[in-house]
Amino acid sequence: MTVPAIELKGISKAFGPVQANKDISISVAPGTIHGIIGENGAGKSTLMSILYGFYKADKGEIWINGTKTDIPDSQAAIASGIGMVFQHFKLVENFTVLENIVLGAEDGGMLAPSLAKARKELKALEEEYELFVDPDKRIDEIGVGRQQRVEILKALYRKAEILILDEPTGVLTPSEADQLFRILHRLREEGKTIILITHKLREIMEATDTVSVMRRGQMTATVKTAETSPQELAELMVGRKVLLQVDKVPAQPGKPILEIENLRVVDEAGVERVKGIDLTVRAGEIVGIAGVAGNGQSELLEVLGGMRPGQGTIRLNGTPLALSGHGSDGQARRAQGIAHVPEDRQREGLIMDFHAWENVAFGYHRDPAYKRGLFMDNAALRADTERKIEKFDVRPPNAWLTAKNFSGGNQQKIVVAREIERNPDLLLVGQPTRGVDIGAIEFIHKQIVALRDQGKAILLVSVELEEIFSLSDRIAVMFDGHIMGERLPHETDEKELGLLMAGVAGEAA
Amino acid sequence: MEKMPKWADVVLIPLISLILAAILSTLVILAIGENPVEAVNLMVTGALGSTYGWGYTLYYATNFMFTGLAVAVAFHARLFNIGGEGQAMLGGLGVAVACLYIPWPHWSIALLAACAASMLFGAAWAAIPAYLQAKRGSHIVITTIMFNFIAAAFLNYMLVNVMRPQGSQDPATARFPEAVHLPTFQSMFSTAENAVFRGAPANISFFVALLACVVVWALIWRTRLGYEIRAYGHSETGAVYAGISPVRITIIAMLISGALAGLMAINNVMGEAERLVLNATEGAGFIGIAVALMGRSHPFGVFLAAILFGFLYQGGAELALWTSIPRELIVVIQALVILFTGALDNMVRIPLEKLFLGLRKGAE
Repeated sequence: MTVPAIELKGISKAFGPVQANKDISISVAPGTIHGIIGENGAGKSTLMSILYGFYKADKGEIWINGTKTDIPDSQAAIASGIGMVFQHFKLVENFTVLENIVLGAEDGGMLAPSLAKARKELKALEEEYELFVDPDKRIDEIGVGRQQRVEILKALYRKAEILILDEPTGVLTPSEADQLFRILHRLREEGKTIILITHKLREIMEATDTVSVMRRGQMTATVKTAETSPQELAELMVGRKVLLQVDKVPAQPGKPILEIENLRVVDEAGVERVKGIDLTVRAGEIVGIAGVAGNGQSELLEVLGGMRPGQGTIRLNGTPLALSGHGSDGQARRAQGIAHVPEDRQREGLIMDFHAWENVAFGYHRDPAYKRGLFMDNAALRADTERKIEKFDVRPPNAWLTAKNFSGGNQQKIVVAREIERNPDLLLVGQPTRGVDIGAIEFIHKQIVALRDQGKAILLVSVELEEIFSLSDRIAVMFDGHIMGERLPHETDEKELGLLMAGVAGEAA
Repeated sequence: MEKMPKWADVVLIPLISLILAAILSTLVILAIGENPVEAVNLMVTGALGSTYGWGYTLYYATNFMFTGLAVAVAFHARLFNIGGEGQAMLGGLGVAVACLYIPWPHWSIALLAACAASMLFGAAWAAIPAYLQAKRGSHIVITTIMFNFIAAAFLNYMLVNVMRPQGSQDPATARFPEAVHLPTFQSMFSTAENAVFRGAPANISFFVALLACVVVWALIWRTRLGYEIRAYGHSETGAVYAGISPVRITIIAMLISGALAGLMAINNVMGEAERLVLNATEGAGFIGIAVALMGRSHPFGVFLAAILFGFLYQGGAELALWTSIPRELIVVIQALVILFTGALDNMVRIPLEKLFLGLRKGAE
């Protein structure tokens, strides 16, 4: 038996009353890829932050290559040969690749010698691991996939033997993700140890040798990847049987509700984000917009929801909507029958410091039903909230709790309840299940399908292809502000959509 | 789950901060060779021991209530209005114009007119920084500070060159006519055999301030506008999502804030000086920031904090009068209170939160 590269023994960590990690022990053999899977909030990131020295464990020991090691800060982690690639890259956008790699690891006051030395080492690293990037390109000139390689190179330059990747594929297209996995396999061949944190079952099955499952701060199982199945892992994650597919009858699209013609959106920085798209959503159908984050889907939703101006034509039930100036704000959109579950519930959909009942009025606070004389009718609002909490099974069922004290899934249920219960003609849904536990995902998906079955039009934007496939009746793929094509879910597959998402045009839709 | 009970946040933290400030002040008084017990005694008797003392304490408190409410309303929209001082100065100009140039038959009508004029002038002075913030992104902290200086210079010009009566050497307006003098506490509460609040400046404006506290409370927590102001203050992107216009809320919140700061002038200009003098505000606009911080931007908190600062002002003046403690030290003590209750909030808060979490864990 070889000495494990990393061994954690009985790690516990609490944040106030929340036990984020509870008595966690794992052992990772050198030269393997070890997956850690779990839902959002299961404690994966906390565990890795402890390993990287961001948090100090309340209890437990860390052993690296057979020696007990204290990791009080990230400097110590780097010194023990641990490198971390974060979900959100920590790169300086207007520095070159080379400068980013040297940043924080300079040899002295003068920069030139460090850069020269780094350039030489980088060359060697690139050849050893087939990790090619142009060292003189600025970060903002290279794509997201390349940026991630720079992060990996940064870690390798600091002599990392153990590499931790936190949700590395969140921003990648399927083909970029495949490339990443090839790089990881190559690193493994060279004897590096890799820990891959993810909530995507597919990635675990494709890339790892062993996998540990976390649930509610505890390690529920560690198994060999070859000896398990996605279904089994999902059950271990959630603690009960789950439906990975949504049950729904075929759609019966009616008349067009939303018609978009030649829509263009220019953002605050003057960059054109949406470059002339046409799209129709009919009554009784769910149209899913697939695409890698940042290709104009957010801006499309924001124009429809009245959050930013656009140019072109948008008709709702045949009536053109104002796209800028008076009558184009969220209030006007709601009055016209558009409800909006925004992409970011914490920054947009909810006021995190408001009570649940105050949030149920958010966006609809000028509704006459909530008005009494000069004042807001808080009693009526609270009664309404109680109803919605019960119907949407929000837990804990307490209208007086502030939004931040609900879990991600229950926060989202509050938003979905507020928007769906308005019985809108068109429902805009952005990333409905981001950071939501699997149980709540099932529930929210069912609600969206139920609204469709009532003959409402639904426009769904999601970066999760699985979600797009299981909910949509029609799929449009966005890349660089254009719609690359429309497909029917049963006539396409992830591979074809992946190509469209990467901007490789298929035959005309 | 909340980190600690609400009462701890609202009551315990300010209380501990106050005690810390008091301890430090004690050390300072000891260091200059005075007796702290005697000093406290003097402050308490001077500010609270007689109706005369109360009359001053409540007079100062009235000023601080108006400016504290002004800062608090802006805080709810996450706007830091440092310009209360300038807005209150302009409010004074409004009061002077209303009282000097229109012959009012009775003080009550004059009071209504003075309220309207002071609010209008204060709001107008806040409107320019508000517009610059909302439309141009010029930071409200910078512009309101600059507007304090402009207000001071403007008032200087008005008093020296425009409103000063012919032949007077004093940069001040003429005295307001008898008919617009506001009832003081002395005239309101004294009986034939028992004169109270004699010579103290507290006047009917105090009740206007109380009313303002109630109105602001209702505005912030019971109206749709208040809802929008709070929502915008918590999250600008959220406000845009909900169809709340950031431009509109920024301007409205600042207009209300400026109006409240301007309203202070009915107390110090109309109620006390009965004419407009140079630097009539005496820094009350700045104290309002501390009052709002300590009062957690809640009108009831502002009320309590204003009384506390009124006590410190009046007690401090007494101290300077009767001991060798220099006037500057009073400012130091007041500054310590502001420092601990406002700026060093987290110093008390974080250990206290840990303590409560520990207690809760122990109980489980």
